[in-house]
Amino acid sequence: MAGTREPFWWSLFAAGGAVAALLAPVQIALTGIVVARGWAGQSFTYDRALALVSHPLSRLYLFVLISLPLFHWAHRFRFTLIDLGFKWGRALVAGVCYGAAVAGTILAALVLIRF
Amino acid sequence: MTDPTITLEIFRYHPEQDETPSFRRYEIPYREDWVVLDAINYIKDHIDGTLAYRWSCRMGVCGSCGMMINGTPRLSCAAFLREYYPNPVRVEPLANFPVERDLVIALDDFMHKLREVNPWLIRAQERPLSDGEYRQTPDEVAAYKQYSMCINCMLCYAACPVYALEPRFLGPAAIALAQRYNLDSRDQGRSQRQAVLSSEDGIWDCTLVGECTVACPEHVDPAGAIQRAKLASTINWYKRVLMPWGGR
Amino acid sequence: MTGPYRRPVPSTWWLHNRAYFLFMLRELTSVFIAAYVILLLILLYRLNAGRDAYESYLRFLGAPGMVIFHVIALAAALFHTVTWFNLTPKVLVVRVGARRVPAPIIAGVNYAAWVVLSALVAWIVLRG
Repeated sequence: MAGTREPFWWSLFAAGGAVAALLAPVQIALTGIVVARGWAGQSFTYDRALALVSHPLSRLYLFVLISLPLFHWAHRFRFTLIDLGFKWGRALVAGVCYGAAVAGTILAALVLIRF
Repeated sequence: MTDPTITLEIFRYHPEQDETPSFRRYEIPYREDWVVLDAINYIKDHIDGTLAYRWSCRMGVCGSCGMMINGTPRLSCAAFLREYYPNPVRVEPLANFPVERDLVIALDDFMHKLREVNPWLIRAQERPLSDGEYRQTPDEVAAYKQYSMCINCMLCYAACPVYALEPRFLGPAAIALAQRYNLDSRDQGRSQRQAVLSSEDGIWDCTLVGECTVACPEHVDPAGAIQRAKLASTINWYKRVLMPWGGR
Repeated sequence: MTGPYRRPVPSTWWLHNRAYFLFMLRELTSVFIAAYVILLLILLYRLNAGRDAYESYLRFLGAPGMVIFHVIALAAALFHTVTWFNLTPKVLVVRVGARRVPAPIIAGVNYAAWVVLSALVAWIVLRG
């Protein structure tokens, strides 16, 4: 019964929304704009980035930062498709969206565990 | 000098004569103290007696005169002509409901949904009358009072795109009313309402557009009620999954 | 003779009303944020793969198209942050006795946490 699993997906959506609200702006500004424009000095050199990311707390932080917003996206996108008129295949839409988030989570774990 | 007038464009549909609805324009005297309902009553009395619409109290209590006024769901007894004058006012039946005739919508779906959530006090064991009334502290009243203000005007359903797209959605007022009883200290019926609330077309359909709360003339905040129901259901769900031995 | 008339709902319903349009924008911010975390995941993968892989990916991120994407994603993320914090009081109802803690206070706590966390993250990343 799909209905009974909704609280689980909703809790991941809510957690992901909160993580994104708190951290996405500063993260996007740092790794998307500051580093790309070369304003970061030595902060993003290979050695420095490797040292920073290798710390267990950094990796836990990055796992949460990547995984939860993916579930947030999955939940919202699922309902956006319905809002835009996807009447058929609701279960399929949900499966594809949440499945993509699960896949992203597994990939994130695989990448982060190797540091 | 001529007296000022205002134009109303009114949605007309007669199921026995019309295939599709049309708009008819009426030019009527403009009075600063008139609401849209006064204008419609004027049309009914002086211009076109065939116009069908619902109304009763004229003072925002009965909840029967809801209409789309320039595309926004409002009580026509609370929408003043002066908010629109000198522009024309377009009046349509409440959105998202089937139209019986002119400005009259079919209420069946909403009435059915209202019953589904058991909006009354449910007791595991009724107390005999001789034991006296159920008493509440002011704090206990405050916990649900806002949600008890609903006048069943259905403006929230007309504002809700989720209901527009999925008519099976339980909808704002019914869920807010379920919360009203769930939050009442005298009530013990939460589990009976939960089946409907957490069903496929219950609270989880809501995507928090938030327009139900904007439309509500009684400041019930159905959107807030639905999100609180989601949070409460989620906490219950985790309790059941993580602590299956913890009882119901 | 026809029955009750059902008005059709066009799939462009969200373009007909400002509130619906802003709602749709809010929902679509999640697409930009998800795209960003995928790019971040690739950055980490390249970092793990070695110096050359990492540095070539940094050059890719420096391309004008990627910077423009991130500027748009930043705007989307900020819109998400504002809408999310402003809606939080709808979900979290805190009562002190009969009085409900006013929504601006709950939202304000969120904004304060946001400023502190953002500053902390920026400091940790940039202090080196």
